[in-house]
Amino acid sequence: MATTAKAIAKPALPPIGVWLPPVLVSWLIPGGGHFLLKRRGRAALLLAAISLMFLLGLMMRGAMFTPKGGDPLTTLINYGGFVGDLASGALYLLAMMLGYTQPDAAGHVHDYGTKFLVSAGLLNILAMVDTFEIAAKRKS
Amino acid sequence: MTKMNLTHFEAAFLFALLASVVLGIVTKNNDRERLRYGAYCFAYFLVALFGIAWVMKLGHG
Repeated sequence: MATTAKAIAKPALPPIGVWLPPVLVSWLIPGGGHFLLKRRGRAALLLAAISLMFLLGLMMRGAMFTPKGGDPLTTLINYGGFVGDLASGALYLLAMMLGYTQPDAAGHVHDYGTKFLVSAGLLNILAMVDTFEIAAKRKS
Repeated sequence: MTKMNLTHFEAAFLFALLASVVLGIVTKNNDRERLRYGAYCFAYFLVALFGIAWVMKLGHG
């Protein structure tokens, strides 16, 4: 019984100084956290895949979401999309600073572009979670 | 920046490829399992892509 309870118990959270810096670097530069933790092959693949997805989104003239309100569904889409875009880190910040934002337009290419931009951020969130697990020694 | 024009298939294929790479890397514990899982994800993306495309084609008549 005691063994079962021990097996189910969650591992303690490591000190914040251990996992927060790699996770923040991972947000800012896709794959950066893995690079800091000396997983260089995986870091390079993550950087290439996430950056390429973001760049393809920009080249397809995808629209960036802004946190605008409205009816519940519009609010959910705009705020959710904004979080997805923001999760790309420096790629999003650079694109905004350099004026690569596009107005929302009709057409399947624009639409795919918008989805590529948001998906790049969502995939980067997965990479950040992976960085946390590696830093916390829950994963190799 | 020049605008890139892709067909539905090209865009969905690229999406599947890049998403599968990331899913493979972040999900499993060793390189062999990562490669296998990434390949599985890519294959399932393509099956879904062709399946849904056929459903839409048949649905439209």
